[in-house]
Amino acid sequence: MGRKEDLYPGFRKENVNSMNTTKATPILVVENIYKAYGKTEILKGVSFTVNKGETKVIIGPSGAGKSTLLKCINQLIIPDKGRVFLNGEEVLHSHSQINRFRQKIGMVFQNFYLFDHITALENVEVALLKVKKMKRPEAREKALKELARVGMKDKAHLYPAELSGGQAQRVSIARALAMDPEVMLFDEPTSALDPELTGEVLEVMKDLAKEGVTMVVVTHEMGFASSVADEVIFMEEGKILESGPPIQIFFHPQEERTKKFLSRISELYGELNRNG
Amino acid sequence: MEGLSAVLESLPYIISGIPVTLGLVALSLLVGLALGVPMGVATVYGNRVIVKIIQVFVFILRGLPNLVLLFLFYFGIFPLLGWNLSSFTIGVITLGLRSAAYQTEIFRGAILSLGEGQMLAALSVGMSRNQAIWNIILPQALRLALPGWSNEYPILLTDSSVTYAIGVAEILTRGGQMVTRTYQPMPIYLTCALIFIFLNWGGMQIIQWGEKKTYIPGLGRKM
Repeated sequence: MGRKEDLYPGFRKENVNSMNTTKATPILVVENIYKAYGKTEILKGVSFTVNKGETKVIIGPSGAGKSTLLKCINQLIIPDKGRVFLNGEEVLHSHSQINRFRQKIGMVFQNFYLFDHITALENVEVALLKVKKMKRPEAREKALKELARVGMKDKAHLYPAELSGGQAQRVSIARALAMDPEVMLFDEPTSALDPELTGEVLEVMKDLAKEGVTMVVVTHEMGFASSVADEVIFMEEGKILESGPPIQIFFHPQEERTKKFLSRISELYGELNRNG
Repeated sequence: MEGLSAVLESLPYIISGIPVTLGLVALSLLVGLALGVPMGVATVYGNRVIVKIIQVFVFILRGLPNLVLLFLFYFGIFPLLGWNLSSFTIGVITLGLRSAAYQTEIFRGAILSLGEGQMLAALSVGMSRNQAIWNIILPQALRLALPGWSNEYPILLTDSSVTYAIGVAEILTRGGQMVTRTYQPMPIYLTCALIFIFLNWGGMQIIQWGEKKTYIPGLGRKM
């Protein structure tokens, strides 16, 4: 299906905000995160830094701890050990602190998790009203602006059940963007979508990357990773095995296990295409 | 037609029991709702001690026959406390607490059926737990609970007749009084039965209207 050729289209020529820029300002610092459930260790000391405007893509087999890692960043899961810094300030999970940080860390979930009882517009609006305590006209204006940004303004009055998966995911991106976050976390944003709907979500994400939104993306979309990522992180068994610019990870992986994973992924995608 | 004349003679007296019955039902439903919603929320989001206390409450209240609880309150607990409550009030407390136990489970089930994603998403945009429960969880859970909750009305309506045993002047009590006066049990109890059926039908209309009013695409069923 020509997928192999599509796999690594258009590597970023200029790494606009890559690590070797001298002006790089770290927005998010993740330091030595550990998490275990009983005897099962999910994360075994994960550290990385995201600079302003950067897009980091985290890849790795399921069970590697990618989703847990993202949820540890905004403390939806409290890590056992390790620290997270946002703009130089430590993210604490105490009641008085955490809501302030979570506003600044946008999150997009695999299954969208739109609020099912309110319209697309109200989904984007609700946190502006209840958390940011904006006045209604102001919140509405902001919400419509964010919906326009993801191309969903004309569907603003629809309920989540009336949206396609791709549309729902775009609304959930707008919901997170409305809080003006410092960094956006994407937890397999296209994994629950039909193949023909992943494109519209990836397009929105590419636009955000171009606009300079700082993003951490867990995904299996290697095409997206190769064309958008400033750095690709390969995770396995709760650890970062290797990381680097996409061209290095995809064409010259250092680790045997990275090679194995990448070949498995392209096999899988080929198979998915054959089965329609 | 002694039966018919007995019915005609009794009808005004029995009918004046309808407000009493409906009052019992409405107030018990409210007591059950006022306690059941927060307890349902607490069983899902509360700490372990609170959850345990509620579980014990639900276990005891669901495990006791209505009549036993009614007698315990009427002859035991309230007299011991020295509270001089009317039969009607004790009826409301008994039926209301029992309904609260059932409603707790109804709301717990509705909240659980939402899945954890709604709470995660609400927290992720910076809502506190309470804001999330109030703005996101409850508006959905209450809608989902409506079909199950609508069972509570016929259950309480029919259960309300046990207050006959402590002399609340509801429909059955009045029917019983008219039976001893006219010696026509069959026609009079049949009259009571028809009144209950009619009240049940009326209540169901209101509940279905409510379900329609609160319908949202994707939550609940379209009628």
